[in-house]
Amino acid sequence: MEILVCVRRVPDTSENEISLNRAGNDIERDELVYSINEADNYAVEEALQIVAKAGGNVTVVTVGGEDDEEVLRREMAMGAKQGVLLTDSSFDGSDGRCIAAILKAFVQMGNYDLILTGVQAEDGAAQVGGMLAAMLDYPFASVVNGIEVLDDRKLVISREVEGGNKEINETDLPCVLSIQTGINEPRYVGMRGIRAVASVPIQTYGAEELRLDAGHVGAAAAKVKRLDYFVAEVGGGAEMLDGDREQNVEKLVELLAAKGGLK
Amino acid sequence: MMPRIFTYVVHKAGAIDDSAAELAAAARKIDPIASPTALVAGWGRHLDAVCAALRPYYAEVWKIAGENFSHPNAEWIRKALVKVLPPGSIVLVPHDHFGIDLSPGLSIKLNAAYVSDVLGIKGVEANDLKVVRQEFGGQISAHVRCDISSGAVVTIRPGAFEPLDSSPAEGVIIDKSCAVGTISAGRRYLQTLLAEAGDVDITKHEVLVSIGRGIQDKENVAIAEELAEALGAAVSCSRPVVDAKWLEKSRQVGSSGKTVQPKVYLACGISGAFQHLAGIKGKPFIVAINKNPRAPIFQVADVGIVDDILEFLPELTHKVREARGLPAK
Repeated sequence: MEILVCVRRVPDTSENEISLNRAGNDIERDELVYSINEADNYAVEEALQIVAKAGGNVTVVTVGGEDDEEVLRREMAMGAKQGVLLTDSSFDGSDGRCIAAILKAFVQMGNYDLILTGVQAEDGAAQVGGMLAAMLDYPFASVVNGIEVLDDRKLVISREVEGGNKEINETDLPCVLSIQTGINEPRYVGMRGIRAVASVPIQTYGAEELRLDAGHVGAAAAKVKRLDYFVAEVGGGAEMLDGDREQNVEKLVELLAAKGGLK
Repeated sequence: MMPRIFTYVVHKAGAIDDSAAELAAAARKIDPIASPTALVAGWGRHLDAVCAALRPYYAEVWKIAGENFSHPNAEWIRKALVKVLPPGSIVLVPHDHFGIDLSPGLSIKLNAAYVSDVLGIKGVEANDLKVVRQEFGGQISAHVRCDISSGAVVTIRPGAFEPLDSSPAEGVIIDKSCAVGTISAGRRYLQTLLAEAGDVDITKHEVLVSIGRGIQDKENVAIAEELAEALGAAVSCSRPVVDAKWLEKSRQVGSSGKTVQPKVYLACGISGAFQHLAGIKGKPFIVAINKNPRAPIFQVADVGIVDDILEFLPELTHKVREARGLPAK
């Protein structure tokens, strides 16, 4: 089975405090720690486990720039055969739909049985996989937390629905699935693994090779645009205990007693 | 002219989901004089019950009946909606496991803009709808502009809009099933497997010590267990703890886990993603302890402490044991 996994390099929310920059028009990007989008990493692991059983290859692809090669290499160190970077200055300012259009152009150059994405990235939009599937007229399923290969034409998949229930579906191949975190246990990647793939060339394609019309990608084609970032005060906000640790513990025990937490 | 607004009504076993009234409220924010049309797909008596129940809220209810819609399979429903929706429509859908299954592809097939997980609507100017979203797990908000000149599909965050009271309408039910015609899809629903019960039922506890990514390691779960023991509480958690296999799925609080109604909820090292908060009902007293002062959990907590839970919790356990007259450990 030939599997394509669409990945993205994102600021790691577990490592960073995200704040506004001084000008107030963007987040503060100095000193941000970047990593592979968490759900994408689960998607790559799932793809590797499928080809370990069913045979085939895993390709990882991203739309971005040179900086994004590091996440491709990381996923190649996990076992992806090929890393592909789709990059062109005309892609700048793309919205989710444009990203999906760029990926579609790449998908059509190959012969993939299965395309995986993470369920969502740092913007929480959860959009590219479903858009890509619709553009390709492939079946789509989101929030997938289990995949079983029935044969080379069909999968049985599990979707995570309310209350931790699982919705079981059968889907024809080729299809696009968005993978939920927790579906597997992604393998560890050490420095040695990364060094081992350091010299493997990354395939790079621009708009021309992808035969993309400039009118369909980038800022001019984007229907959706982020205007600014801001810090919202939602709700009243917590009463912050700002003593030293000992004082905070003491105060909290008093509050818990008053609220029925210490019966 | 303002485009026509549709709301997609999610329902289960003949009962309308809470999201329906919230979508109606969101529609009103887009267009204060909007009379949105409800879209309902389903089958049999459940569908009829839902359509009837929607009449007091909507001037028009578009009914799409078919055996294939007896389970909400987004692959089928998308194809049906593409056949019935007029060009240029704005379609509102709840941002839940169904909404994210349906909506991105629907926007492509309608050639409409797509903006998802919307928490606030600022209004429409010319062809632009301006909305509020969050990024980075709720750490920061953004204003987003969406070009609605060829329509839009908008998913609305559950709980973000005050539900609209019923306006005294006596809506008409319009059967659109014929317009759908024959469709087929490459994905077929087989069955729903119910979540397994765990060793501890966190929904029955009045006090929960809930841990998130901040617990950092499986070995550290014991720190929370010791506090829970001192408090007579149970340990629950947020999604990353289950993803990492540090606790069973049955301990997870959130839209894809359990819904809990404790009196006191200690959120320890939990950032407070909306999917997690959706699982906390009944307005408990929420204490948030987190290293990151930007963590969105502080916006909903009653009391907040910026500290490392790995150092704070053992001291809290010690004091709690003292206060309850339990022997020190």
